[in-house]
Amino acid sequence: MDFKLKIWRQKDAKSQGAFETYEVKNISADTSFLEMLDILNNDLVHAGKEPVAFDHDCREGICGMCSLHINGHAHGPSQAVTTCQMYMRKFKDGSTITIEPWRSAAFPVIKDLVVNRGAYDEILQAGGYVSVRTNSVPDGNAIPIPKADADESMDAAACVGCGACAATCKNGSAMLFVAARVSSLAKLPQGRVEGARRAKAMVAKMDELGFGNCTNTGACQAQCPKQISIAHIARLNREFLAAKFQD
Amino acid sequence: MSCFLCNSSLGKKLVMSVTGCALVLFLLFHMSMNLVALISAEAYNAVCAFLGANWYAVVATVGLAALVVLHFVYALILTIDNYRARGKQRYAVTVNEPGVEWASKNMLLLGVIVVLGLLLHLCHFWSKMMFVELMGQHENALGLAPTDGAALIEYTFSNPINVVLYIVWLAALWLHLNHGVWSMFQTVGWANDIWYPRLKCAAKVVSTLVILGFAAVVVAFFVCSL
Repeated sequence: MDFKLKIWRQKDAKSQGAFETYEVKNISADTSFLEMLDILNNDLVHAGKEPVAFDHDCREGICGMCSLHINGHAHGPSQAVTTCQMYMRKFKDGSTITIEPWRSAAFPVIKDLVVNRGAYDEILQAGGYVSVRTNSVPDGNAIPIPKADADESMDAAACVGCGACAATCKNGSAMLFVAARVSSLAKLPQGRVEGARRAKAMVAKMDELGFGNCTNTGACQAQCPKQISIAHIARLNREFLAAKFQD
Repeated sequence: MSCFLCNSSLGKKLVMSVTGCALVLFLLFHMSMNLVALISAEAYNAVCAFLGANWYAVVATVGLAALVVLHFVYALILTIDNYRARGKQRYAVTVNEPGVEWASKNMLLLGVIVVLGLLLHLCHFWSKMMFVELMGQHENALGLAPTDGAALIEYTFSNPINVVLYIVWLAALWLHLNHGVWSMFQTVGWANDIWYPRLKCAAKVVSTLVILGFAAVVVAFFVCSL
């Protein structure tokens, strides 16, 4: 398959970026999107040009490192997968593919398609953890947890923190990410204890970092590679308001 | 406490949700009241007299105005925040995400249309009714008694331009409520995956009822004037 690629190129955080057009030829339909970019970069290096910078790591859809806004979709047009799990057979032969970095004030572009997602780490550090003793491993069955609660917690914990939610949101809101983190811990007895403090601290940090306000459009859950539901946002709203009214 | 309603994103959203809910309840009341005009002009005028320049009606009007101002000012603050959060550089290519309603992304635009319609409506009715009474007059600019609401409706909706403007206004309100009614439950956290279809259905039912009730009076009086 042959493709024309319209890729955002930007030298560094301070430079003005612009789109540049490249062509890739003889790409197998079973090539993954990132492998296709590897092939392009190989060509660029051989031609003595600067390769395109993009984020990636595990390439098996679990680390949350890859990003890319492809033809208007976060992680491309495939449903429920990260960019690394998307294959070129999803695109029409000979078509033009537009590749952009995440666009959100809290995710500044570092270079080309790479953005700084450190803001999500800062939100996590504000409260996305459980303060436990770090002794020997406790007995897994010491605290019984209903299956439904464990499942719901696990659904939320599937969040890989890739940033697609804030990048998709027309308000640049990080609510789906924060909600997934709060929700996964709030549904478990171990996390319940610090529920109020966690919700307040993470929301305060999210606001401080300049993320926008959720207007319940649901665009985030439509583009989330882990299909995290906005029901977790409802839970975060509950947790936060209950905590605030207790102050 | 007062702080978080001004400073926190979720606090500001709570204000939007609560004021929005109060305004929806008012719309349901106003719509029910209007339907009386379809049944009997005398009965409708009795309602108008009851809601004239009496102290409780004036207090309620001031409260209502405060709700509209709060809802609108908070909407502007939130929108400015969101515009900043989106950043200067925008996507070159965007798509309509599946399951995302157009109204949910255009609530401010719809809200502005609703407010413009509201101003027109206040000129048409409030300024010729309660306002005239508050000024201590017994006759409005049209030479009608300020409590003769039925005659004022008849006069206003005999004009086809007003009919079209009110229908456009109601259409914008319908779209605004389609998103707003279920969204206010989400904002206070009373929603989950089982309740989304129910809440969205309830939002459609409430917004359609409100709009049909208002439109019925507009259309009926226009048809009678022909």
